[in-house]
Amino acid sequence: MENVVPYKIQIISILGALAFMFFIFRLITKGKLREEYAIVWIVCTLILIVFSVWRSGLDVIAKLLGVYYAPALVFLAAIFAIIIFLVHLSVVNSKQQRQIKDLTQDIALLKDKLDSKKND
Amino acid sequence: MKIAVIIPCYNEEECVADVFNEISSIKIPNCYIEPVFINDCSKDNTLALLKSYNAKVLDLSVNLGIGGAVQTGFKYALLHNFDIAIQLDGDGQHPSDQIVNLIAPIMDNEVDVVIGSRFIEKEGFQSSFARRLGINYFKFLNKFLVKKTITDNTSGFRAINNKALKEVCNYYPDEYPEPEAVILFSLNNLRIKEIPVVMRERIGGQSSISSFKSIYYMVKVSLAIIFIYLRLKLNGKRSTL
Repeated sequence: MENVVPYKIQIISILGALAFMFFIFRLITKGKLREEYAIVWIVCTLILIVFSVWRSGLDVIAKLLGVYYAPALVFLAAIFAIIIFLVHLSVVNSKQQRQIKDLTQDIALLKDKLDSKKND
Repeated sequence: MKIAVIIPCYNEEECVADVFNEISSIKIPNCYIEPVFINDCSKDNTLALLKSYNAKVLDLSVNLGIGGAVQTGFKYALLHNFDIAIQLDGDGQHPSDQIVNLIAPIMDNEVDVVIGSRFIEKEGFQSSFARRLGINYFKFLNKFLVKKTITDNTSGFRAINNKALKEVCNYYPDEYPEPEAVILFSLNNLRIKEIPVVMRERIGGQSSISSFKSIYYMVKVSLAIIFIYLRLKLNGKRSTL
């Protein structure tokens, strides 16, 4: 009976990761998520699957990095990844804001051109 | 000489008529002066009113804020080969009768950018104490960075020539652009001069800077100034976001 609980969580995490990956794939095929952003999510899911299957992996890597309490490594990695991704989104957002500004200005100038053509 | 007077408008229906009439009545020999209004998604009758006067209006489909609106005017001026672009607020604060003085140094090819300053002769509407404190802060910040004293960095009453026009079409700040633009001009080696002007208290509309936003304004503009300084210093002249 000792092994039942760890297997249970392992199966749940593998299923969870697979479901997440399926969700991402569906978003891409439906055209709701661009591939460039999907890459990050697919890589994250793959990492999740690897560590769900390879259970002692976390301890091995924690020991390698000299992390005393292995679960802390999970939070560290997750928070780091989230912050990086948020910065990435801010960069994308800034770029889009500039593009919207340029488009709006071009439309205004084109509207004016159209008006002056009509008046001629 | 072709001169464009760029007037960004956001809900300014009370005073656009006055501004339009004032500018239309200016006569400078050998000069064609065109008022160019930019309607930044006004929710009132500004657009219809301006169209009824047959004024030139550039209508923005999305609200861009003062910087984006003014830049639209700059792009228009560059596209239609204007020699000088003047920036004037739509709220009637800026004295359009002083446009002649504002463009004189550019017409003499003495400088590239002329800024109308309230604080050289300290006449007319002088703004509140808190505002003046802020303006002094920008005076010292800009002086520290570009070694040039501009007494009224926040003044939106400016004239620029074709050379400066190319720079502002390439990059112009979105929000609260005035103090940052001074750094932009200086680091692009444009010659700047301030002339004394007498400003009025606004006739209508509301300031783009309310008291709640003033802290945000100071922090945002300070960061913008420092970053544009670094960006231009490190990357050379060309700057796009």
